Amino acid sequence: MSELSLSGAPVKPLKPKVSRDDWAMRGFMVMIGLYLLVTLALPLYAMLSKSLENRDGDFVGLANYVEYFSTPALFNSIGNSITISLVTTLITVTLAFWFAYGLTRSCMPFKRTFRMLAMVPILVPSLLPGIGLIYMFGNQGYMKELLLGQSIYGPLGIVIAEVFFTFPHALLIIMTALSIADGRLYEAASALRASRSKVFRTVTLPGARYGLISAAFVVFTLVITDFGAPKVIGGQYNVLAVDIYKQVIGQQNFSMGAVVSVILLIPAIMAFAVDRRVQKKQVALLSARAVPYAPKRNRVLDVGMTLYCGAIILIILLILGTCQYAALVKFWPYNLELGLQHYNFDIVDGGGWEAYGNSIRMALWTAFVGTAVIFVGAYMVEKGRGFDEGRGLFQFFAMMPMAVPGMVLGLAYIFFFNNPDNPFNFLYGTMAILVICTITHFYTVAHLTAMTALKQMDKEFEAVSQSLKQPFYKTFFRVTVPVCSPAILEIAVYLFVNAMTTVSAVVFIYGTSTQLASVSVLNMDDAGDIAPAAAMGMMIFYTNAVARLVHLGASWLLEKRTQAWRVK
Amino acid sequence: MLDLMEKSDVTGVQQSAQNQTGVPYLTIRDLTKRFGEFVALDSIDLEIFEGEFVCFLGPSGCGKTTLLRAIAGLDIQNEGSIDQAGRDVSVLPPAERDFGIVFQSYALFPNLTIHKNIAYGLENKGTGRRDIDDKVAGLLELVGLSAQAQKYPAQLSGGQQQRVALARAIATRPGLLLLDEPLSALDAKVRGHLRHEIKELQRKLGVTTIMVTHDQEEALTMADRIVVMNHGVIEQVGTPFDIYRNPASPFVADFIGTMNFVPGTLQDSHRVDMQGVALACDPEKIYSDGQEVLVAFRPEDLVVCERDERENCFAATILGMEFLGSFYRADLEIVTGQGRFVVRADFSINLIRREALGVGQEIHVALRTGVISVYPAPQAGEQG
Repeated sequence: MSELSLSGAPVKPLKPKVSRDDWAMRGFMVMIGLYLLVTLALPLYAMLSKSLENRDGDFVGLANYVEYFSTPALFNSIGNSITISLVTTLITVTLAFWFAYGLTRSCMPFKRTFRMLAMVPILVPSLLPGIGLIYMFGNQGYMKELLLGQSIYGPLGIVIAEVFFTFPHALLIIMTALSIADGRLYEAASALRASRSKVFRTVTLPGARYGLISAAFVVFTLVITDFGAPKVIGGQYNVLAVDIYKQVIGQQNFSMGAVVSVILLIPAIMAFAVDRRVQKKQVALLSARAVPYAPKRNRVLDVGMTLYCGAIILIILLILGTCQYAALVKFWPYNLELGLQHYNFDIVDGGGWEAYGNSIRMALWTAFVGTAVIFVGAYMVEKGRGFDEGRGLFQFFAMMPMAVPGMVLGLAYIFFFNNPDNPFNFLYGTMAILVICTITHFYTVAHLTAMTALKQMDKEFEAVSQSLKQPFYKTFFRVTVPVCSPAILEIAVYLFVNAMTTVSAVVFIYGTSTQLASVSVLNMDDAGDIAPAAAMGMMIFYTNAVARLVHLGASWLLEKRTQAWRVK
Repeated sequence: MLDLMEKSDVTGVQQSAQNQTGVPYLTIRDLTKRFGEFVALDSIDLEIFEGEFVCFLGPSGCGKTTLLRAIAGLDIQNEGSIDQAGRDVSVLPPAERDFGIVFQSYALFPNLTIHKNIAYGLENKGTGRRDIDDKVAGLLELVGLSAQAQKYPAQLSGGQQQRVALARAIATRPGLLLLDEPLSALDAKVRGHLRHEIKELQRKLGVTTIMVTHDQEEALTMADRIVVMNHGVIEQVGTPFDIYRNPASPFVADFIGTMNFVPGTLQDSHRVDMQGVALACDPEKIYSDGQEVLVAFRPEDLVVCERDERENCFAATILGMEFLGSFYRADLEIVTGQGRFVVRADFSINLIRREALGVGQEIHVALRTGVISVYPAPQAGEQG
């Protein structure tokens, strides 16, 4: 067309000029990416290499693995862990499915209350249901006879505790899947005179299948990586997560701890990878323009669902109530007078009230710093221009923590940060490392929440702002943060609650001056002080309940203040 | 009728001549943009003059938005250069170029009032608060939204939001205004009204404007010049009148307005045989005699006449008639020694009444020489 193209000179591809804003945004992203590298990738690498060394730190190849697989006491845990996880997954997903079905497809009363109470297990450390079960079904349990001579210490107890612990996670996922049902499909089915059971098989189940699969993988991962429940109520039944703890804390065999960690990583990463793929399909399902399904009154279904959901809520409350009751009773089961003597944590091992204070400080730091870091990181990766390779790498780093079990992360921290040659060694034993570890441990879910909120914003805000020659941080503070404030609050409270309840990662890295409430529950239980352990566990619960209430209040205020511009 | 047409033809030429003197404001040379293997823009050359209102028109996926985003620096091209006001802006980020932009979604900041949205670009420029307030008040008056200053975008109608986005884009007095399908989210009534308003505003401010649209009516009514695009290349650049009356390719002819295409054979430089109907024509390009061609004419150019009353007159039968409000669109069947074919013709309601036309009736129609376009016939496998 033009003389230029006819001249035949080779055309040089253009290199877009990188603006100062671009540099700044990439700088922030690289900084947070480096943070993830130092707090996640490098420790994991340190752990991997430790699993190939002997106790003296010499390279021994796969010798540790050979030893592991030739010791039945060790490798039997693999089968145990998988069995427990599969059984729990089956039970939890089934129970949660019907609970979610009641909430979304029936006209039962108390839906909001049921929903709220079903979320309670999220607010407690996974150690607590185990303690509750001991009081109910243990050697001196008040419902011991119900077990017909079976022992609660072992697989039975672990499964019950894990079902309690994972129920809300499964419920949330399945409820989301069920609530996006297309009402038109149900109308079409009833116009074709399909029976109730046929509608259920051909419409309801297929619609929820991705949710069910996703929930199953999430539950499986939670259980196989959980340390709290089997630690408290597992008895002689060994599972992988507890093995790591025993090898490291009990026998000081760090190399073997690293081997078990690597083995535990495999199913966790596999479950994570499958879940990510399923999640993507679920999103595609969501985009269809559907008419929301509105349940119709049905006496039998409504009454049945009320009874079913009520029963589940009762069990949850019973386990929790038992913990609270046991924490107040003077000397179970001989002196049932009530008193507060078990709250005198300072006279038992575990860190006392100081540990509780530390936990709150740690949770607040995690919530504030973590929210800022994670949200800024998500903003830079979502709204930055160019530098696609860097953004892809960052996204990968941000997804990784989800696949890493807490025990593995904690152990990796010992290897990495406790190394005197590490320039970050000064962090070891401080509050800072606990905060860093917890932020990294829970990074992924918070990151995804931030990404979802950011993706919902008009992608042209940044373009408009640039055309008006305004710096990116002005748009960030004046538009992005206010518009995303509900998601930011959600991230903060998520981090706070998890920082209060987490045991697995921090159990390896707390110091004498940084004992934590959740770890003290573990240590008191270990020392036989079960009643104070229950009392501390309940303190964590109340603290988290208050945090949730504050979140609710803040959200309500926010909605009121911003409803003028949020109307659609 | 004939006189009138020729007159407007002349004004069209004058207008473009007046606009296109001097140095172009925006010069695009050899611009190519690829997304992976897909070539979104294929060596585009274009000049835009100061104060012009130019429309990029084409079907979705033709590359018109990609070209706009390249001009804005939002998606920088792989090859080629863009000069704006004598400055090479080819690789500059958006913030270092000089333009205001209105997106299809408007991208109004939802948590800021209308006043603050418009003031957004005026801040941090060393302008005092009072000056900013005065400027915003002036802009609000300009777009007729003074009463809405303290409301939020979600509280305004779509048309009002569109005007806020426009006010925000021109607040900083940019040299170039980019509009990316600014009217497509609105309903037909509002769209017609805003079309006029945007054009007025642009004339008043004299700002060079590029608007992307897939709506031919929008382009025809608003643009000084239209750039018709397809498959990443420019098919034709011209005034609306030019584009409509002298489409450069079958694609342009088909995309803008309605066009009849009938295969034919060129007899010589002034005569074509349209499946047995002999027509006098005046093709712009001289093709070789005996070449297979496509004869194209618009439905409204078929005129009902008495037998042999005019040149290019032939017999046809009315197969069917479709009522389209102000006129009827009729399907006419033409039978010749070489076979039969069907063309569309637009007849006014008055004509239908006067001539008492009806389905099944045999009539005579004529085509003026100047309204017949001739294109080379598409090769086998090529898209028409």
